[in-house]
Amino acid sequence: MNIRVGEAAEAPSFQKAAFTLLDDTQLRKNVRHATDVITGKRAIVVKEQQDWQQLRSTASAIKQNTLAYLDEYLLKFEAACTAAGGHVHWASDADEANRIIVDLVKQYGGKEVIKVKTMTSDEIGLNKAFEANGIIPHETDLADMIVQLGHDKPSHIVAPALHKNRQQVREIFMREMGLSELTDEPQDLTNAARRYLREKFLKVKIGFSGANYLLADTGGVCVVESEGNGRMCLTLPDVLITLAGIEKVIPSFRDLEVFLQLLPRSATGERMNPYNSLWTGVHKGDGPQHFHVVLLDNGRTRILADPEARQTLHCIRCGACLNTCPVYRQTGGHAYGSIYSGPIGAIVTPQLFDMQHSQSLPYASSLCGACYEVCPVKINIPEVLIHLRGRVVREQQSGANLEGIGMKAMARIFSSGRRFEAAQRLGHIGQWPFVSGGWVKHLPGMLGNWTAVRDMRPLPKQSFRSWWREHEKAKKKENADA
Amino acid sequence: MPEAMTSREAILNRIRTANTTAKTTAHAAESQTIDRAYQQVTTLDRETILKIFLDHLHEYDAHVLEAKPDTLAATIAEVLKSNNQKSVIVANNFPEENLPAGFMWQRESQSTKDQLNIAAGAISGCEVAIAHTGTIILRSARQLTLLPDRFLCIVYEHQIVDTVPEAIARLEQYKTEPLTFVSGPSATADIEMTRIRGVHGPRFLDVIVVRD
Repeated sequence: MNIRVGEAAEAPSFQKAAFTLLDDTQLRKNVRHATDVITGKRAIVVKEQQDWQQLRSTASAIKQNTLAYLDEYLLKFEAACTAAGGHVHWASDADEANRIIVDLVKQYGGKEVIKVKTMTSDEIGLNKAFEANGIIPHETDLADMIVQLGHDKPSHIVAPALHKNRQQVREIFMREMGLSELTDEPQDLTNAARRYLREKFLKVKIGFSGANYLLADTGGVCVVESEGNGRMCLTLPDVLITLAGIEKVIPSFRDLEVFLQLLPRSATGERMNPYNSLWTGVHKGDGPQHFHVVLLDNGRTRILADPEARQTLHCIRCGACLNTCPVYRQTGGHAYGSIYSGPIGAIVTPQLFDMQHSQSLPYASSLCGACYEVCPVKINIPEVLIHLRGRVVREQQSGANLEGIGMKAMARIFSSGRRFEAAQRLGHIGQWPFVSGGWVKHLPGMLGNWTAVRDMRPLPKQSFRSWWREHEKAKKKENADA
Repeated sequence: MPEAMTSREAILNRIRTANTTAKTTAHAAESQTIDRAYQQVTTLDRETILKIFLDHLHEYDAHVLEAKPDTLAATIAEVLKSNNQKSVIVANNFPEENLPAGFMWQRESQSTKDQLNIAAGAISGCEVAIAHTGTIILRSARQLTLLPDRFLCIVYEHQIVDTVPEAIARLEQYKTEPLTFVSGPSATADIEMTRIRGVHGPRFLDVIVVRD
């Protein structure tokens, strides 16, 4: 198996990437503005939903139940979808999914594909696979279009172009659409996208989508969106191909009454997003007459195998944890090096890789717990982060490395009072080249990681232990004298 | 054995192995019965539900009118006139007696995609509407209610429910049909979180609520 999560395997560590991105004041301004607006809107509509906590609990229970019987629900979905005229494919990893999808497009003689926003296609790197095979993918979600035309990367799972402001979008559109006049009013920019894409919607024969929900009882698929680009891609082409992670299945149509109340309020702060589309296989005379679903594993079954972390698979990709995260709000999404950013990205990405890459991500958090509080399906992200930090440490300890040896030496020192005091005395003597103006600002070697972001007080002349000994001695002497 | 089959078996096996290991822990799923303590049915009276529905439609920038069954045709004419529309494409099952005279009508089934694309507007009824979220749910008529610039939807009062679960219960019998949930005109907030009405779907949503 060859697990791929966009280009995350080659990305620099979060700490390194964040260091550079924090200097981009425009990006920080854009991210702060966008996340402030969404969190504000979300707070209002969540407060209005008086049974919010009950909905969260039920959603969490449905997801737990689905995962416990995931094989059965997937088989049920497959049978129902096939009976309704759809075709179901199974892909173990990104390469296999790409191969299946590219082959399908070729089989139907397609040269172009219109795409509804789907993070899963970014996960498997589908656009690259299309381009390598001479197939042109057209992103049709406004934000995805901004990212695609700007040769950029998504920085948010719901609003991928949240890091760009209107002036930047105007520049991209003028350049890539060949427009000589365009204002930076969001209304004008949106109209430009409408004109640009309408012809593609009517002409391109193959549509491609992700899925918010796969319904096991009916074999149906549900896609949630705002702009109508989804409806265009789902109804106008002759052929529709849908890619969905295996965790997207829910037991029944009825369960939509829970998720359709949680997702829009959490994601965009709306009571309901403008459009939800539901279809089941092929509908004669209405919409695409050829329908294929590709079910993707790509590391998901590894997450399922970890009892502490399998709740990660409950995620409905609302992005609320990103918007509320004090770390994400400073760095934006690109620092995470993965198309899945923010707190949920910090637990999804390394786990898909079985902790072989993106090991810095579980540390991209202050563990404040805001993500857990807003999660509509109650994923205890801080708990999973700590669990994953443990996995990273255990993995590193298993090999001989400087940090591991250092930590073992520290353990020996701290476990004996005598050794501890000796170390303090040595430290006090050894620290003088690094003390300036009463502070230690730069330490050498690995210790420099600590002082790179904080100053510390030098070790005092006298330690508490030695002071205490003298103090007790003096007291005894006083008592004896008295 | 074709390759797709082997991946299918491999994924299912990995799931089964993962679940056997994980089920031995406290994190395993408890039971098949899900506790649904959230609100199922409304506690509000008809007038309040109707008012909430109308308020939410207004918030979505929909243009809303009320009619009685015997004034419906005249109200449709009023909407079309105010929009300067002379022709309209109509859903296949929309009753002919509700279409006012003096306009050009064409059925969805007789219209091509290109005709729908340049049509000034579309008319259809709905199956259910949800007051709590300001949502109208359509059965079929997917292209008709998408391509024209204006969409006029007729909602009968008895079709309006308060809660999402009430709507889902009514839709249970149609659950394998193509369903579209519409909450206001198409919109985006992708540029600086500014809500912009009308991206790819209809830019204008007109709703006539017919009182019983």
